[in-house]
Amino acid sequence: MPIPILKLHNYLLVSIQTEIDDKTAIKFQENLLDKIYKTGASGVVIDLTSVEIIDSFIAKVLGDVVAMSDLMGAKVVLTGIQPAVAMTLIDLGIHMQNIPTALDLEQGLIKLHQELGE
Amino acid sequence: MEPQTSCVTIQKEWDIVGARHVARDMARSLGFSTVDQARIATAVSELARNIYLYAKKGQIYFDIIDSVDRKGMNIKVIDSGPGIEDIGEVMQDGFSTSGGLGAGLPGVKRLMDEFDIESEKGVGTVIYVKKWVR
Repeated sequence: MPIPILKLHNYLLVSIQTEIDDKTAIKFQENLLDKIYKTGASGVVIDLTSVEIIDSFIAKVLGDVVAMSDLMGAKVVLTGIQPAVAMTLIDLGIHMQNIPTALDLEQGLIKLHQELGE
Repeated sequence: MEPQTSCVTIQKEWDIVGARHVARDMARSLGFSTVDQARIATAVSELARNIYLYAKKGQIYFDIIDSVDRKGMNIKVIDSGPGIEDIGEVMQDGFSTSGGLGAGLPGVKRLMDEFDIESEKGVGTVIYVKKWVR
């Protein structure tokens, strides 16, 4: 099942609720970029509150989608990374530097607002 | 009664997710903390992906260690893939041949308490990892 991407004014909201395998992750990357292109969205929040595991592959896909969206002119903020996920990522050696993050969806939207000056 | 042992065959991409689930369920039933459950599941995910990417097919065996003084989880990962020529090289942070983040094996070693690897070129690779319940 594809990951739903919702439009809210000029933002896109994504909440990843299911266990993601590699194919779903790559498909999501394509779908999100396509949706940014079609809607002209200026910001994206990807909420990871329900995600219990991020391994190096999923981390790479998420990091890449931030960079790709940035190239297109849309800012992406990752929100709601669980404590266990954050600790595991650092143990793995993945620091996800230069990737905008926020505590939750609300803080993520505030961050987009500030960065985009809207 | 929880099964003491379990085996997952990795040959499709979706098997990586399956192995992750088995690892997490077993870790939870053994009483690992939420963080350690995530560590074990993530380590298994990395190991399963290595099989899928490099060896195409392999097995992951999960065992419960339940002795008088401590409990833990023993994981053995076997493949008959190309083998690793230079183990020292793959154990360096940032080394990758697949275009990933290169977190692979050194990352797995940090996530787990014990780590052992045996590999022979043209024969295959066996990786043993353990995690103790704290």
